[in-house]
Amino acid sequence: MTRALNIHTASPGVTVQDKGRTGFLAQGLSRGGAVDLLALAEGAALLGQPDTCAVLELAGGAVALSASQDMRVALTGADMRATLDGTPLVWGASHALPQGARLEISPLRGGFGYLHLGGGLEPAERLGAASAHLAAGIGRAVQAGDTIAVGGDRGHRTGMCLPNAVMDTTLRLVPSLQTALFGQDALDRLEATRFTKDARGNRMGQRLVPDGEGFATAEGLSILSETIVPGDIQITGDGMPYVLLSECQTTGGYPRIGTVLPCDLPKLLRAGPGSLFQLRFVTLEDGAALERAEVARRAGLSRNLQALLRDPRDMPDLLSYQLVSGVTAGDELERESA
Amino acid sequence: MTAMTQTDSPAKASFPAIRTVGVDGFLVSFADGLDERANRAALAFRAALERESWPGVAECATSLVSAFLRFDLAACDHDSLRARLTTLLASRDWYDAPLPDGRRLWRVPVVFGGDNGPQLAEAAKLAGQSKRDAIATLCASPVRVQTIGFAPGQPYLGQLPENWNIPRQTGLTPLVPQGALVVAIRQLIVFSVGTPTGWRHIGQTGLRLFRPDAADPFLLRPGDEVLFHPAEDLDRLRAAPDGGAFAEALT
Repeated sequence: MTRALNIHTASPGVTVQDKGRTGFLAQGLSRGGAVDLLALAEGAALLGQPDTCAVLELAGGAVALSASQDMRVALTGADMRATLDGTPLVWGASHALPQGARLEISPLRGGFGYLHLGGGLEPAERLGAASAHLAAGIGRAVQAGDTIAVGGDRGHRTGMCLPNAVMDTTLRLVPSLQTALFGQDALDRLEATRFTKDARGNRMGQRLVPDGEGFATAEGLSILSETIVPGDIQITGDGMPYVLLSECQTTGGYPRIGTVLPCDLPKLLRAGPGSLFQLRFVTLEDGAALERAEVARRAGLSRNLQALLRDPRDMPDLLSYQLVSGVTAGDELERESA
Repeated sequence: MTAMTQTDSPAKASFPAIRTVGVDGFLVSFADGLDERANRAALAFRAALERESWPGVAECATSLVSAFLRFDLAACDHDSLRARLTTLLASRDWYDAPLPDGRRLWRVPVVFGGDNGPQLAEAAKLAGQSKRDAIATLCASPVRVQTIGFAPGQPYLGQLPENWNIPRQTGLTPLVPQGALVVAIRQLIVFSVGTPTGWRHIGQTGLRLFRPDAADPFLLRPGDEVLFHPAEDLDRLRAAPDGGAFAEALT
């Protein structure tokens, strides 16, 4: 019997994602894939599998589903409300999803949440990846009635969680090609400005609203279209900043004032609309060092796994609990997996 | 911060220029404006990067006058890559590079103006021409695919005469449809997907530039040339193979 997820309801913005497609940039196709790559690493650690497994991305959307066989799931990214046959599940943790049980996930504050399956989702690949790239017309959003194949799962452990990632409200930037176009006064003002995460945001980009005037440049309307990378902060004609995300265009003619370090993007992606952020430039050297450190930290995430302290089924108001207090011995994973 | 942004200023850079993009990319630019020789140099330099296939390089691409390279920070660092790029740049005169092999000339029908190009009159006026003269100018000689970018398979075509150096509009048109022909800064674009844009919408083609399920998903390649001609019936174009366009080899 095949392993599959049966989708009962899905709001817009629920898609299958993975690490995206590399190698098509020259043809105008951006990498796409999950916007929150930290979430992919966390889900992989929670389930003990590669971070290349395809997942469900919930872009502020809700989903209800069940599994054709007993499966394992993990919940990562922006905090969301999850219930299994009505019983709350801890976010940021792995759980059993028994055959036929109804898993419902709905947004709390907004942001991108992720549902990972033991064995990973295995829909038909297109251009070498499972991920939908809606801006390019590759694939489509998940809909009620869909059945999505799930790969074989060699793992068994559930009931694990990771300490909450540190999520402050400073987005660190490195200068981009066009940073100098804005002039030093505007750059100083950028660092002194408080930005609100706007309700307008999707997989292509997230709008930020400054607490003062915008950052328009006169030259900005006539510059040559140039290469874009995810994290670039594009300033549109009206002076409003957009942080470009994984499904962004590959080139663009609006100037970019800087590039948010990839390691800082999850702060923005996991926050709800209305959250406040500040922007701070770091040197390229410091930015590269921060990125390297984060890549190493993500590779070692499974060392931080902890058992959930109590059976979620005994905890009627689970979301209000302080879930992780570091009381495990810390070596039971090694003992168990040895 | 201050020192960095000033040394990176495109206005002060001499070309070719090596600059960084984000935290893990390099851009090698051959001009700061649209330029035929710089465009050829960028295409040739990118092809050379593909041939070199340095360890740690994740991906290469071109924009109009630049070659882009993204690398894996865990496998490579800025200093060593910058040194390699400098050496490769110095190895020949890239501005003398020939165009890519296998180029084609595409004859592409366009329905200009009306609902299919609501900003034709406005764009023509900015270029100092009547609508009729504007169409004649845009169809008079082939434009070249200078780069593919923004969206999958989407060509930037140029270069138009100097009077077509018209700016993008300040506001965005909320949605122009797939196949739309738009114009700004001496370039034409045919849109591969429906998109908001600051470019002015002057006509409509039946082209489908990106076909994700086809064996060769991308219709056009950099170096290809496109000669537009006016047509009347958009439905017929859309029903025809390749939007009514025909290709022949360029030698």
